[in-house]
Amino acid sequence: MKALRKLLDTIKPHVSKGGKFEKFHSTFDAFETLLFVPDKTNKSGVHVRDSIDMKRTMIMVVMALVPALLFGIWNTGYQHFLVQGVEADFWQSFGHGLIKVLPIIIVSYVTGLAIEFAFAQIRGHEVSEGFLVSGMLIPLVLPVDIPLWMVAVATAFAVIIGKEVFGGSGMNIWNPALLARAFLFFAYPAHMSGDLVWISGFSAMEGVDATTGATALAAAAQGNIGDFSIWSSFIGTIPGSIGETSVIAILLGAALLIYTGIGSWKIMFSVFAGGYIMGFIFNLVGANDLMQVDALHHLFLGGFAFGAVFMATDPVSGSRTETGKWIYGFLIGIFAILIRVFNPAYPEGMMLAILLLNTFAPLIDHYVVQSNIKRRLKRAVV
Amino acid sequence: MEHLINIFVKAIFIENMVFAYFLGMCSYLAVSKTVKTSFGLGMAVVFVLGITVPANYLLENFVLQEGALTWLFGAEFAEVDLSFLSFIMFIAVIASMVQLVEMIVEKFSPTLYSSLGIFLPLIAVNCAILGGSLFMQERAYANIGEATVFGLGSGVGWLLAIVGIAAIREKIRYSNVPAPLRGLGITFIVTGLMGIAFMSFMGIQL
Repeated sequence: MKALRKLLDTIKPHVSKGGKFEKFHSTFDAFETLLFVPDKTNKSGVHVRDSIDMKRTMIMVVMALVPALLFGIWNTGYQHFLVQGVEADFWQSFGHGLIKVLPIIIVSYVTGLAIEFAFAQIRGHEVSEGFLVSGMLIPLVLPVDIPLWMVAVATAFAVIIGKEVFGGSGMNIWNPALLARAFLFFAYPAHMSGDLVWISGFSAMEGVDATTGATALAAAAQGNIGDFSIWSSFIGTIPGSIGETSVIAILLGAALLIYTGIGSWKIMFSVFAGGYIMGFIFNLVGANDLMQVDALHHLFLGGFAFGAVFMATDPVSGSRTETGKWIYGFLIGIFAILIRVFNPAYPEGMMLAILLLNTFAPLIDHYVVQSNIKRRLKRAVV
Repeated sequence: MEHLINIFVKAIFIENMVFAYFLGMCSYLAVSKTVKTSFGLGMAVVFVLGITVPANYLLENFVLQEGALTWLFGAEFAEVDLSFLSFIMFIAVIASMVQLVEMIVEKFSPTLYSSLGIFLPLIAVNCAILGGSLFMQERAYANIGEATVFGLGSGVGWLLAIVGIAAIREKIRYSNVPAPLRGLGITFIVTGLMGIAFMSFMGIQL
């Protein structure tokens, strides 16, 4: 530890203002604050001190993602061996999943961080930690068979167009991870939807029934939801994007986020409530196969739970006012089920519902603030 | 009734004037700096579309279409086709309606009138308005009720788009946008990304 500190201290003069490598200040700063607690203190005024800063917030979210990630890795292998009919123990499944998933994570992190560092150098701001979360979210919402170069392209798109043009972390309007997914979804639909991409190596397998590779939502659209029990969707032993299948693992992450106060329980609760109510209404109508899926089951399928816990609660792109959070979450739930049921082309409504409400989150905030002002003005006049 | 609701929802979300057809972009980009003024302009567009589309519908069906004049002059006019006049007639209707809106706004909300400035009379050449009438012609709505609902729906869709982007622009005023992109550049990018979000409705069959 001391040696590391010493090394940093010898480099520091060179990258500080006036030093030879002044340009690399932000890179140095990123590494220094990642390794050691910053020793900067405020010089004047009274300040409330709290040890939670952006780095710790972001790391906490990454930790909350770990259960979903580990389950996703195991499930990748499990599904792979299951459709082949090969007996495999826990470690074989896990190992297969690791080989498949790890490269996606590495590509996502390397691409994103490289762009992030480049922008920080050129524009002279600090390297922000926001990408630690996005870089983990991107792999978890992709199908496992995605070509690695697509991961890189999508990550680059999300970081540059979704985030850096707005000025970096904390200023983006849309969730970068979702933009990456939406980008791939519209640019390369063959690799992002259908029945062939959700199980690793599926398209190369011979003699396997093609329908076994369908996600639960695709099956539900065909009226075959019976193949997927509510329990298997809850535990997550079904095909799907890497991290989205297991509701249990996601709820573990949700518990951590709520306990540490990083994710807003209001948004999570209202997303699930909105989804359930909409599903319930559709149950009563029951006009097509997706409408007949049980309302509770709807919440366990596809990316609904994952989106509600990790994507909708993004404090940057979501609503910031407390009343706004209820409206925002509720509308996400409603739109997710609406799109899922009505739009045959996009069975995965969650991604687009969150992007849509990200678009309108500033508007919701605006009207909440305005109505507050109006209410308080009335009080002041009387 | 259900049919009318379908047309209304379709015009707002699925066939949104801005995000599906990229119509009416000039005032959409220019006036969307604050939510308040863009709401005012949006309401003006809703009003103008809600009146001009049914007015042009009547014009189309009772004057311009092939054989439309038979109700007035009898069977020998069954061959007369005035639809080559539709552009100029539609624009004339639109321009007079916009004049009306301008007078109303000036009378009842002088602040909005001054903040909208030149863009209020320019609604007359807003592509979304003429687009509304031309879509009405192309899609051949069955009766005037459908045409009215379609006009109002497209107006509301445009209103939603412009207040949405105005709120975003108010928010990114505090963002550290790279200098070359400030102003219109970032607005174009935001519009494109909003378009991606609105893609969720593409392909819904109503």
